[in-house]
Amino acid sequence: MSDNAPAPRRFRSSGRYSALRLLREALTGHRGWKPAWRKAEPRKQYQVVIIGGGGHGLATAYYLANHFGITDVAVLEKGPIGLGNVGRNTTIIRSTYYTPENIRFYDFSLKLWEGLEQELNFNAMVSQRGVVYTYHTDGQRDVMTGRANDMRLAGADCIELDRAALKSLIPPISLDNQRFPVLGAFMQPRGGTVRHDAVAWGYARGASEAGVDIIEHCEVTGLRQTSGRITGVETTRGFIGADTVCLAVAGHSSHLASMAGIRLPIESHALQAFVSESIKPFLDVVLMFGAGHFYISQSDKGGMVFGGSTDAHNTYAQRGTQWIAQEVASEGVALLPELANLRILRQWGGIMDMTMDGTPIIGRLPLEGLVMNGGWCYGGFKAIPAGGYTTAHLIARGEPHPLTTHMDLERFAEGRTFDEPGLGPFPWMH
Amino acid sequence: MLRIPCPHCGTRDEVEFRYKGDASVRRPAAEAEVARFAAYVYERDNPKGWHLEWWFHSAGCRRMLQVWRHTVTHEIHAVGAAQEQLSTPGGGNPA
Repeated sequence: MSDNAPAPRRFRSSGRYSALRLLREALTGHRGWKPAWRKAEPRKQYQVVIIGGGGHGLATAYYLANHFGITDVAVLEKGPIGLGNVGRNTTIIRSTYYTPENIRFYDFSLKLWEGLEQELNFNAMVSQRGVVYTYHTDGQRDVMTGRANDMRLAGADCIELDRAALKSLIPPISLDNQRFPVLGAFMQPRGGTVRHDAVAWGYARGASEAGVDIIEHCEVTGLRQTSGRITGVETTRGFIGADTVCLAVAGHSSHLASMAGIRLPIESHALQAFVSESIKPFLDVVLMFGAGHFYISQSDKGGMVFGGSTDAHNTYAQRGTQWIAQEVASEGVALLPELANLRILRQWGGIMDMTMDGTPIIGRLPLEGLVMNGGWCYGGFKAIPAGGYTTAHLIARGEPHPLTTHMDLERFAEGRTFDEPGLGPFPWMH
Repeated sequence: MLRIPCPHCGTRDEVEFRYKGDASVRRPAAEAEVARFAAYVYERDNPKGWHLEWWFHSAGCRRMLQVWRHTVTHEIHAVGAAQEQLSTPGGGNPA
């Protein structure tokens, strides 16, 4: 991991977390805990300014400081960190993709998730409970078999489950739905869920301890450039100079890029998520409905966490349309009929950067010194460790990480878009 | 949930329509350079504010409609046929 990286510079402001420390704090009235990260004031100039204190922005800062030896870094966030999409998703991690390039990238992410808590010394509640995909037709089985083989060839894991195995793994599943009977399923045992808030907090703590300034309530209002090169950002807290600026602003990439006169191959769409009231243990895997678009897991608090498709029209409103909510609920009930007894406690919407080919963008923008990490469609959460690591690589080494050469912006103009499902330039369909 | 005033069918629910993307992009002339075609196919303004877009009334008159809609408030300013010149929303782009 830390290939050729200098030894990380750490000052442990919050101290190491351990069972022994917990015991000691318990005996002394919990008076020794310190804030997990510093509330920094902006300086005039940084080597790297990252716009966006979400998962990808904080992870990029963490890996820059701890693995690539660049600690002169600021992360600017317009609100408090962790309240954007990193705290508004269904927390699923997996590497179930079709192309070798994407499988390798997302499996690298899965490997980083597997070691994340040791790396960060932070309990992110990484739970590899398995991700299960049902199939409902022979054709779908053949496509999924191909995908499972491609995943195994690329070094990831995927197994097939017949109906009996599926029923014993997930007792409440309805296999004999009259419209969409389940023929079988595929499962990635290493997939699962992570506590999303802890991901933001853990990366923020690790970055802050390595010297990164995390500046909250600092909104970027302009990008300053001189003769084709970025020189810094205008913010609500004054101008901040930077040699390199990185956009990591899920949902608002087009908005930020337009400040530099750049148009991106992105549309912003809303994706909804839902949480039911808490119930006793009901589902101990992540389950995906193959006859529609529905995914569900049960949180450690007991709530059923689920979602479906985007609202399918451009929007920056963080709410959802009702007919999609109904569609998602009906798909859930088709798969797990007992869900019909539950009440939905919370529903919310997040804004997704939907790219024209459904593949994210990690690359340089056509302004010297400006790079971006964005366009995650609605798969950004699982990609946080790999997205952060490879973006840090791009910034520190000046060239894309080998796992992300297919994610550059130039692919659109050069006719090598990376469209896994083959849908064409229609972002609302990805 | 959007309520879209179709000029042919009257005000109808969003579920009758299918979104078809940005209606402000214009195809370049045939002899234009490749970069302009790439921009036409892929690049979008994606504004935070007023957006001119296509909606197909799939469960109604089955006509392509142009709609001026605000991407934050979801307010609809005007709806018209594909060839029609719609009045642009007043007050500029709030975003």
